[in-house]
Amino acid sequence: MLRYTIRRLVQGVITVWFIATTTFVAMHMVPGDPLTSERATTVEIRRNLEERYGLDRPIFEQYVIYVGNMARGDFGISFTQQNRRVNDIIREHFPISATLGILAITFAAFGGILWGALTALYRNQLPDVAIMFLVILAISVPSFVLAALGQITLVNINAGLGVTVLPVAGWGTVQHMIVPSLVLGLGTMAFLTRLMRSSMLEIMNADFIRTARAKGLPPTRIFLKHQLRNAALPVVTVLGPAIAAITTGGFVVELVFAIPGLGRYFVQAVQQLDYTVIMGTTVFYGAFLVVMVIIVDLVYGLVDARVRMA
Amino acid sequence: MSTAPLSFDPADFEPVAVERKTQTMSRPSLSYWQDAWRRLKANRRALISLYIVVALALFTLGGPLVWTVDPATQDLDQVSQPPGLPPTAVIVTPYQPWAGVTATLPAQNAGVAKEATAAIRLAEPATTQAVRIAWDPVVSAAGYRVYRNVYSPEPDRALGLPLAEVFNPEQVSFEDRLDLRPGRYWYSIVLLDASGGEATQYTTLQVEVARVTSAEEAVVFGWVDDAATLQPGDALELPYHPLGTDYLGRDMLARLMYGARVSLLIGIVAPLLFVVAGIAYGSAAGFIGGRLDQGMMRFADFVVALPFLLFMILFKIAFGIGPGESGIMPMLVALVILGWPATARLVRGQILQIREEGYIAASQLLGAKTSYLIMRHMIPNTMGVILVTLTFAVPSVIFTEAFLSFIGMGVAPPIPSWGSMCNEGIRTMLSHPHELIFPALFISVTVLAFNLLGDGMRDALDVRMRGRE
Repeated sequence: MLRYTIRRLVQGVITVWFIATTTFVAMHMVPGDPLTSERATTVEIRRNLEERYGLDRPIFEQYVIYVGNMARGDFGISFTQQNRRVNDIIREHFPISATLGILAITFAAFGGILWGALTALYRNQLPDVAIMFLVILAISVPSFVLAALGQITLVNINAGLGVTVLPVAGWGTVQHMIVPSLVLGLGTMAFLTRLMRSSMLEIMNADFIRTARAKGLPPTRIFLKHQLRNAALPVVTVLGPAIAAITTGGFVVELVFAIPGLGRYFVQAVQQLDYTVIMGTTVFYGAFLVVMVIIVDLVYGLVDARVRMA
Repeated sequence: MSTAPLSFDPADFEPVAVERKTQTMSRPSLSYWQDAWRRLKANRRALISLYIVVALALFTLGGPLVWTVDPATQDLDQVSQPPGLPPTAVIVTPYQPWAGVTATLPAQNAGVAKEATAAIRLAEPATTQAVRIAWDPVVSAAGYRVYRNVYSPEPDRALGLPLAEVFNPEQVSFEDRLDLRPGRYWYSIVLLDASGGEATQYTTLQVEVARVTSAEEAVVFGWVDDAATLQPGDALELPYHPLGTDYLGRDMLARLMYGARVSLLIGIVAPLLFVVAGIAYGSAAGFIGGRLDQGMMRFADFVVALPFLLFMILFKIAFGIGPGESGIMPMLVALVILGWPATARLVRGQILQIREEGYIAASQLLGAKTSYLIMRHMIPNTMGVILVTLTFAVPSVIFTEAFLSFIGMGVAPPIPSWGSMCNEGIRTMLSHPHELIFPALFISVTVLAFNLLGDGMRDALDVRMRGRE
């Protein structure tokens, strides 16, 4: 287990380096440079700016400085917001995105396991057919449409009742978090429901379930201890990719619900071509996802004895 | 020991009659593809999805031939028109100025009672040419302020747009010609005191505005060639938008068709390209084997580890900025760069597995060259799995395109794509929901159809996944 952990960590560091390098290469392929703008600048201003941002150095030196800064966790200064450090932007806005993401993934995981188990138990009966229909629907509708539908529904509920049951947009209180996290988690929940259903159906015919039944265990105990726990294992393996999906899905939900998270900030930076913010947030998100996948894999190793042995 | 003499007669040397019966087949033999097709046809959901995909292809390719409206033309007379029947306009005489209504009042009273209101009525039938309203004079008022709204002011005193102020209590009429559209308006009158302060009460008149046009206007708009053919009172049929228009007055149906071109082009071409790239890379790695294979696959692992959408955005920026660039090419390039590793892994796995099969060894013993092995055995045997991958890749690429267009990183305006249409529609979703609903519906139906078709194809083509849920 220790060797496995070390190997995964080394792999993770190389992956993050690869992400950082690809980001650097991609951003340097952009035609023009960060200082190209409609505003006319004199040669002196330009030279001063280049010196300040280090753009006058040779490209390889820039790369070495960049990787060094990244390794120390310094993402540089924003190009469009004077003197604002990318680290400060991340520190201010990431906790909001993380809160939203954690709520969404919690909702998705519990919902997925619950609905998946339910559909497997009622296979080909009404609950199964109805839930699987909704699941297919949720998988096929883009996240921004779900977000818009959620908002329209909320507006109509609020207007119909004449009171603000839940706020339509914004951030701050628990009431603000409910609908965006439900919307954000819905797609992932649908995906997990499908996965849970098929793994549950496989488990239900396993020998150890028959044994458990034969020795007279009560059905609820079989369901909770033997079926649910074993069937939920594959759900744990895909939590890594699910976190990635929820992170990027958050961009859209934050845009639609006007939530001041890092995702919305990233989209804004992309639209304004704020080079350092784009590079910083990309590498940050990339590193975050790599760490998440490693954590999920290690947790899976702890949960599933078969992986631990291997 | 004596041996009995053997006696043979010629009949013993006749060939034994072969029992043909045991070797005849009861059913005609089916090739792999025939079998797959049979299974797919038996799957009702997959078959319906297939019909939907064919219908979408017809809509995209044949649609613009049937519905020849230009998706970029603006019909400014019908902006944000909801879907419905063809609109008609009644021909009227050209606009004539209106003198208005005045009243003579007794001597001024001091101050206006805060609760006073003026009764309001229509002076003439309301048309898109002009809405002429008049109200009863109020002696105590110093003037009147006229408001217009597109919904009822109740209960929040949402009076809407202030249209006019008259500081003359004797002028008791107003003519509204400001951007009138057929439909319902609410006009409100509030009394003013000498310093312009409003009374607390107001009166509201609900007005149905009818669509009219003059013969001259009809010629200017190009609806008719000759003004003389139209008489006042005639009904004139206006350009028809079956699915309505967007916020710039562009025909939704035509835009959906052109948007389908962009979305489906990216959705089908990109998976084809990255699946081909993946096949080349994966089969090369699988064939060469050894150190190089390890290295190639390690590289593929790193590419997989790149966060997909973030790097889509990044590559889109990197390749996508140039004059006249619509954004389709950079998106294809970015999708191929990021999309190939999954197929490469799959194909390599398949190749490694098939390489060990007996029939490959047999073929090699018979002197088959490597190229023959690849063409005759490897590719046909991995084709089923690849086709399934391809089908599942289509909806995910369509999603990606829609996502990018939605956050403004997709195809550039004025080229419509379903994603960018959603982006535009979401801004007016409360007042004109059809501008969001139609493109969203098309994305969802397309993704749904390809997902269900993929499920069916997996059941039909992928032997190992068969019977799994």
